[in-house]
Amino acid sequence: MFLWRIMKDDRGGQILLALLALSIVLVPILNSLPPDSALYLPTYTVTLIGKYLTLALLAVAVDLVWGYLGILTLGHGAFFALGGYAMGMYLMRQIGDRGVYGNPELPDFMVFLNWQELPWFWQGFDQFWFAAIMVMLAPGVLAFVFGALAFRSRVSGVYLSIITQALTFALMLAFYRNEMGFGGNNGLTDFKDLLGFSLQSDSTRIGLFIASALALAFAYLLCRYLMQSRLGRVCVAVRDAESRARFMGYRVENVKLWIFTISAMIAGVAGALYVPQVGIINPNEFSPLNSIEVVVWVAVGGRATLYGAVVGALVINYAKSYFTAELPDIWLFALGGLFVLVTLLLPRGITGLLRPKEAV
Amino acid sequence: MSLQSTMAEVLDRDHVFSFMAPQSAANLNVEKNVLLYLEGISVSFDGFKAINDLNLYINDGELRCIIGPNGAGKTTMMDIITGKTRPDSGAAWFGQTINLLDMDEPAIAQAGIGRKFQKPTVFEYLTVFENLELAMAGDRAVLRILGARISGEQRDRLDEVIDLIGLKELPQMRAGSLSHGQKQWLEIGMLLMQQPRLLLVDEPVAGMTHQEMDRTAELLTSLAGKHSVVVVEHDMDFVRSLAGKDRTVTVLHQGSVLAEGRMEQVQNNRKVVEVYLGE
Repeated sequence: MFLWRIMKDDRGGQILLALLALSIVLVPILNSLPPDSALYLPTYTVTLIGKYLTLALLAVAVDLVWGYLGILTLGHGAFFALGGYAMGMYLMRQIGDRGVYGNPELPDFMVFLNWQELPWFWQGFDQFWFAAIMVMLAPGVLAFVFGALAFRSRVSGVYLSIITQALTFALMLAFYRNEMGFGGNNGLTDFKDLLGFSLQSDSTRIGLFIASALALAFAYLLCRYLMQSRLGRVCVAVRDAESRARFMGYRVENVKLWIFTISAMIAGVAGALYVPQVGIINPNEFSPLNSIEVVVWVAVGGRATLYGAVVGALVINYAKSYFTAELPDIWLFALGGLFVLVTLLLPRGITGLLRPKEAV
Repeated sequence: MSLQSTMAEVLDRDHVFSFMAPQSAANLNVEKNVLLYLEGISVSFDGFKAINDLNLYINDGELRCIIGPNGAGKTTMMDIITGKTRPDSGAAWFGQTINLLDMDEPAIAQAGIGRKFQKPTVFEYLTVFENLELAMAGDRAVLRILGARISGEQRDRLDEVIDLIGLKELPQMRAGSLSHGQKQWLEIGMLLMQQPRLLLVDEPVAGMTHQEMDRTAELLTSLAGKHSVVVVEHDMDFVRSLAGKDRTVTVLHQGSVLAEGRMEQVQNNRKVVEVYLGE
């Protein structure tokens, strides 16, 4: 069977998918228990885990290009945020005349800026299918154009990392401007409902959680399918000896372009699922620091394993929630210390402790 | 273009104007029995002439040894043939119809030129089997390699090559854990899987024992005929055993051909003795 063929050598992935399936079944049950029960799972926690899962999805996208292809991207937050903005635009249009200014057509911030009509790039976002396509298309096109330019001129290593940083930084500055038409500083918020379901209701939140878990599972399978194929082995070959792969007749730039674009689209989906769960998208999501943090998640979890990225994202984000609530002053030191410790003591990440030792 | 250089071109008896030069085509054509033409190639790096008006012809199915002191331009020549370096002037043709100077590395590799590096370069993280699988001749388009499976015929070929390079016991071993000599062999095996028409082999026996050297010489000689093989080597004993009595040896010096002929003739050539053998 197809699934078995691609998953049979991936013990970590099997466990991950089993846990995701289990959570899809258990979370709604635990959430429906009476609130005084010991096993009751508050909706707040469900949404929190759902948010972590979307971040894990972003980490998987980064692991695909960094772990397997050796492209140290420090700008994947840009694709995540673009997907988030596409979803945010749909959610803004859904508000309709329930906004503060009660304008049936224009979102509040446009009324506030005295705009008379909807800019052309907001057209179509009142349709969910259109927004859903844009969630993948916008990051995909950006990644394709960026990748075509960068990979064809053989920019690699540190230089490429710096350009990806510049990309996300430039987008952040652009989205901060009111004239861009994406809400400036404040971004998009005050969402009411998604596909007619109120975002405040428990059932919608559980639905979003399940959607995030399913998206993570599907993206995981897609990435695993790509990486266990011969294409995956070519990726590893490119990562370790790029020019050798060229002299063997492989068009390295095409391989990089394909994988980079797919990865950006996965990041876009992650952003689109993230936004309704946190209720806001603003230009801060483009901040270069965010993108660097994702790389830290992947490194802590273990590179080039895919499931390691998920583990790293969950562990660090849980720690972040815990520390920023309990000991807010310590968080950044803890994150920095963790990164240093993992790099020094666990070069293969947390999951490297559980995997059998490999030669090399 | 300055008037002076235009005049020089017009007055040059042998000059072939670009509109008269043959156009590149897709199919390899070796009617004239010559597989590789390098004509008047020059390249300089920061003013240093690494290759200086180099002319070299390799026949179809020939085994050619190229020797020369350090800095003679041997590796640069290979870089030009495989598309890594662009020459400042000159022409490089693969057969009658394929212009190598129009192509980049992957295109040249797919046209049928394989290269073995001086330092063994294998994909260390992949297994011996996977290394050979990636090298296997076939369609290199992204979607094709995504869906690629190994056919029965290809598996036989892989097993045959693994056997030939003496790694029969270790197909699942990561290439990074092989010994230096084994890596050299694996890389030769990868070249064989690629099934190129022309093999460029840069110092294949560096770091090998005498026994391994003999086996390598045997293998390279057996390849000649079906493939053309160009071997760049320092080790004179090895070259002597490869060239035998009737194969051509080319001596490079300061970026151009100093002498060409049988091993015996070359060895007795006064200029060659001066710059290389006699030192």
